[in-house]
Amino acid sequence: MSATNLPVGSFVRIAKPELQTLIDQLRAMGYRTIGPRLSQGAVIYDDVDSVEQLPRGWVDQQDGGFYRLQPQEDGAYFDYVVGPHSLKNFLFPPRETLLQLSREQDQWRLHAPAPPDPPLAVLGARACDLRALWVQDLVFVEVEFVDPAYQARRSNLFVAAVNCRRAAATCFCHSMKTGPAVVSGFDLALTEQDDHFVIETGSERGGEAVAACPWTPCTISEIEAARRAPRELERAMHQRAPRERQDLHKGPPLRSLDVTDLRELLLNNLEHPRWESVAQRCLACANCTMVCPTCFCSTVDEVTDLTGDQVRRERSWASCFTAEHSYMNSGTVRKSVRSRYRQWLTHKLATWIDQFGVSGCVGCGRCITWCPVGIDLTEEIAALRGTMP
Amino acid sequence: MSMGAPTATRSMDVAGPWTPRTARIANVKQEAPGIATYELVFEEERRAASYRFAPGQFNMLYLPGMGEAAISISSDPEKYGSFLHTVRVAGNVTQALSRKSAGDQILVRGPFGSAWPVEKCRGGDVVIACGGVGLAPLRPAIYQIINHRAQYGRVFLLYGARTPNDLLYADEYDAWRAAGIEVVITVDLGASEWTGHIGVVPVLFYRLRLNAPQTHVLTCGPEIMIRFVVFEALARKVKREQIHLSMERNMNCAMGFCGHCQLGPTFVCKDGPVFTYAQMEPYLHLEDL
Repeated sequence: MSATNLPVGSFVRIAKPELQTLIDQLRAMGYRTIGPRLSQGAVIYDDVDSVEQLPRGWVDQQDGGFYRLQPQEDGAYFDYVVGPHSLKNFLFPPRETLLQLSREQDQWRLHAPAPPDPPLAVLGARACDLRALWVQDLVFVEVEFVDPAYQARRSNLFVAAVNCRRAAATCFCHSMKTGPAVVSGFDLALTEQDDHFVIETGSERGGEAVAACPWTPCTISEIEAARRAPRELERAMHQRAPRERQDLHKGPPLRSLDVTDLRELLLNNLEHPRWESVAQRCLACANCTMVCPTCFCSTVDEVTDLTGDQVRRERSWASCFTAEHSYMNSGTVRKSVRSRYRQWLTHKLATWIDQFGVSGCVGCGRCITWCPVGIDLTEEIAALRGTMP
Repeated sequence: MSMGAPTATRSMDVAGPWTPRTARIANVKQEAPGIATYELVFEEERRAASYRFAPGQFNMLYLPGMGEAAISISSDPEKYGSFLHTVRVAGNVTQALSRKSAGDQILVRGPFGSAWPVEKCRGGDVVIACGGVGLAPLRPAIYQIINHRAQYGRVFLLYGARTPNDLLYADEYDAWRAAGIEVVITVDLGASEWTGHIGVVPVLFYRLRLNAPQTHVLTCGPEIMIRFVVFEALARKVKREQIHLSMERNMNCAMGFCGHCQLGPTFVCKDGPVFTYAQMEPYLHLEDL
């Protein structure tokens, strides 16, 4: 370990290859290191122990129902934007054992689930991911009941976030005011430059991790350049949206979402004909809820051995797009796709605010990209507003 | 959205909210075809003695390998040591429960959910209107009112079931009447020996002369019955804030984690199941919400 930790709020620069030292140090600190990796044509989060595994030089093109990776010559590590995974996949895993039981002579014995995973360190999280993390904290930790497994993983999480320099056509974090600049909730915030990273320390353990790398202090102009990068992107996102192609800024037009009185717009339009129109297109496949970094619905199932003496209670992700989600013995409440899409969107953008004080949408655009038919919630809201172009 | 915590509820034990407690079935009483009442006692003595619930709350009854079912508690909240659940066979868990008998083990999480505002009703009149197994979550409220009968004005129980055989707790009506509850029973289908009312529960309102400003209505039953009870109560100028209804939705976790029971902005499991009509009005009349 180096002589002193870097204090919170430090800005330092490290050469790009030193990212490996950072990963090594996090592993030495006992973390399981998770980062972006290429898998089946997409950037996902998975175990990373070498910088060679990072999707260097790849950028994503995204649109409604469209995701393609393309090589880019400058060899940047983090110019892809967001893939189908989010931190949800690790903090609120798709499948998890909550409780184990065994039966001996008609007596049930309860066993605590497996000890918590080793602490996680995530490299490459974006501002929208951090916001989504906080939104899920409000669901699982900041309420009257606390989910112990989520809390255990969350309290040990180390986040090395990255400021976006690029936005996909599906991004609208500027509308939701959740990005693209990483402003809080991180241990380290990286800004990628041509030949180095500028790293801001956001916590003591962040300082400890980066102190192990050969770092140099940033000059004022380097700090300003690092701070400017996401701000410039944010300005460009505002200018390129909504849907006006401007030659000044290269790249496709971006989406935006008018959030003015959005809750009231939705709750006052629960019988709007647009719900039927979107139901005609929606396959109720639940992709949007799977890729959404804040969707938290789940179902607990019984998993038993053949004798029935060994039982696991397994929680897995569920979706309001399925019929069984609202099933009761007296019948299914949301029988139509119309009612399920309406439930999803009004919950995400309106009643979430009643429940948790914040919107459930972070503007990451995953639900647009991974919808097989390209349903775009920004377009649906524009239609409800009567402001479709 | 929070209803304000009823007493004796919101603290879960250190083992975590997912951990059930083992209990023994002390007694099983057949109430009606497909409906039985189970008396449960926690195996851990300290827990059995300290367990408290408020009327209208529910437990998650768990049969390992089968799953959990959200079942309201139907015993006297002021009687400690054991508690009762009246269960109708409806799904796989309740089916498996129906094969259990005294001495068998069962697992329990709870209590969960909001409560009937029995204390708020003090000094006023109370109309309890329910149908079928909807009487089960209201019986704790009836017991509690009887325990403190002098503090209430007129108290009505309007209760209906499909047939006389389906009526719950029929052996208690006389005791309730003796304790000062005006019990009015109706059935959808009479039998030759039936001399009581025939018809649906909301119709029983026709015979009531309510002092609306001081009347609270507590209702539970099929959603269609609830809608018409609300209609009759409103027609008699009972305030929206004084009509209390218990909603049914799919409950999987009972803690607001799983998302299944959402109704508008509420989680029925933790904001409800008991709501005021003022809370539910925007959502009750929307199809498929």
